[in-house]
Amino acid sequence: MQMQSPRFPSLMTLVLAALLMAGCSSTSTEPVPEPEPIEQPAPQPVPQPEPEPELADFDSAGNVLGPDGRPLTRTFYFGYDRAVLSPSDLAALELHAQVLRRNSDRSIVVEGHCDERGTREYNLALGERRADSIRSFLLSAGVSARQIETVSYGEEQPADPGHTESAWERNRRAVMVYR
Amino acid sequence: MQKISFVSVVLFSACVSLLVSSATFAAGSLDTIIIDRGVDEPIRVAVVPFKMDPSLMSETNIADIVGFDLARSGQFDPLASENMLSYPSSRATVFFRDWRILKTAYLVIGSARVDAGGRVAVEFELYDVLGERLMLSRRYSVARSQWRDVSHQIADAIYEEVTGIRGAFSTKIMYVLARNAGSPDAVYQLEIADSDGERSRTLFSSREPIMSASWAPDGKRVAYVTFETGRPSIVIQDVNGPYRERLTNFRGINSAPVFSPDGRQLAMVLSKDGDPEIFIMDLATKSLRQVTRHHAIDTEPSWSPDGSSIIFTSDRGGRPQIYQLELSTNLLERLTFRGDYNARARLLPDGKHLVFVHRTNGVFHIAWQDLERDNLQVLTQTALDESPSLAPNGTMLIYATQDRGRGILAVVSIDGSVKYRLPSSSGDVREPAWSPFLDG
Repeated sequence: MQMQSPRFPSLMTLVLAALLMAGCSSTSTEPVPEPEPIEQPAPQPVPQPEPEPELADFDSAGNVLGPDGRPLTRTFYFGYDRAVLSPSDLAALELHAQVLRRNSDRSIVVEGHCDERGTREYNLALGERRADSIRSFLLSAGVSARQIETVSYGEEQPADPGHTESAWERNRRAVMVYR
Repeated sequence: MQKISFVSVVLFSACVSLLVSSATFAAGSLDTIIIDRGVDEPIRVAVVPFKMDPSLMSETNIADIVGFDLARSGQFDPLASENMLSYPSSRATVFFRDWRILKTAYLVIGSARVDAGGRVAVEFELYDVLGERLMLSRRYSVARSQWRDVSHQIADAIYEEVTGIRGAFSTKIMYVLARNAGSPDAVYQLEIADSDGERSRTLFSSREPIMSASWAPDGKRVAYVTFETGRPSIVIQDVNGPYRERLTNFRGINSAPVFSPDGRQLAMVLSKDGDPEIFIMDLATKSLRQVTRHHAIDTEPSWSPDGSSIIFTSDRGGRPQIYQLELSTNLLERLTFRGDYNARARLLPDGKHLVFVHRTNGVFHIAWQDLERDNLQVLTQTALDESPSLAPNGTMLIYATQDRGRGILAVVSIDGSVKYRLPSSSGDVREPAWSPFLDG
């Protein structure tokens, strides 16, 4: 199960090619620091009473855990007017794909969001494109379509109610909600 | 004789201003602040404070409501009551010479009294001062609850008699009031207020977002988008009745509902088959017809006034631009070429002019385009201007913008000369939709 899906490398190539073609706009710093994918020498998570293998993927607070036992980010950010995944997000998304492949009874809702610039209905469509980018990645990584639902909120539910560049950066996002 | 001494003028105007301010605070719906006063030489009109029964003195004087309506049009400059030389309420006490001295072109006088049945009898007369001629005279019998309705009807009648254009003061404005959007305490309300921002009431309230409200052409129903099911869905609802129905709740986007001019069909955006496409629903049979087929974003439909074509936003050319689709022939034409973001278009009642959201130098404004001459004019100067909606007489448009980080509504005349703002003290207001003419 830890093996990569055979379609995964070609998808990586596709995504990277798309990024290059799109000119890869946003090189600014991530508004929220990603968890370091470095192997942690830290102690193992507290042993669970039921050592079922799938329990290690989630903690009692509902967090999705990476191989190092730390919560995986569930929020992914996008450039202005863009719906292309950032290359730096692909490793975390692949870890989510592994979790979903191992836990076929779990499903997710991917919420797409936009900043306030642009018309509301166009942003509703753009938010759907962002959620669909995540969905396409997960499908290509072998996750069942039955496990993924998308919903766009457009610009209606900002993470940051401000009207600055940094608020807009935080609002252009897709969020994976596990159920 | 109704010549009034200085002292009584001061007392009277103090009384009027007290009434106006108390009415403003009591209603608390939308405030109205005039920014630019309109055309260079507005029509000078005097609307004399109506003679009112003592039992009606708790109401705002009809003359104040009428005068404020006319002032907001930008085409009229009502004379302040403290500058009047007399306060006639019948022809016998009108001295045209006084009004000529004040350079008043038109004079409005009137009265309101409670009749034996408890209804309010309102009458007014409109005079041409230079010609010393009665132009219009009307009487109304209304319930007291219709006080502001009859005032707006009087303003409509005066506006039409003088300008030849049907007045739109008796119309309503629908908008979304949002508090704490995006937070766990978020509340969204669909509100309907008078065209002057007064008397708002809540049509629907939700913890989830509300979007894209639009009016049926008879003004009796509205359609809007709610997220109450966990995803966007289209709802149709009576304005004054119990009927409420969820029309669509497909996977993906269900949004941007707009009634056809005959009220029998609803254009909408659905992404149930993968990407956003424009569909038309027959409201009697609920059957759906897909009218766009493109993998790009197709959204924000609106109808041409004759119902023969759909105007919509598409990024099929790489950037959002406005297209027109002829429904009988499927002939598609791109309408906008200037700038890299043109969206959410509405046609004027003449079918030859377009208003839409236009991005220029990274800033979003409302623009106006003559489709025959192909000239584009930017109507607004603020940032993040969106959701333009036309008054049914085509003279004004209302839109959403921001003022010091707050969502407010604003109105601009189609010639750009008059501007006023409608903030709400209750929260962010947005997505205004001007009602059609409301008869009766």
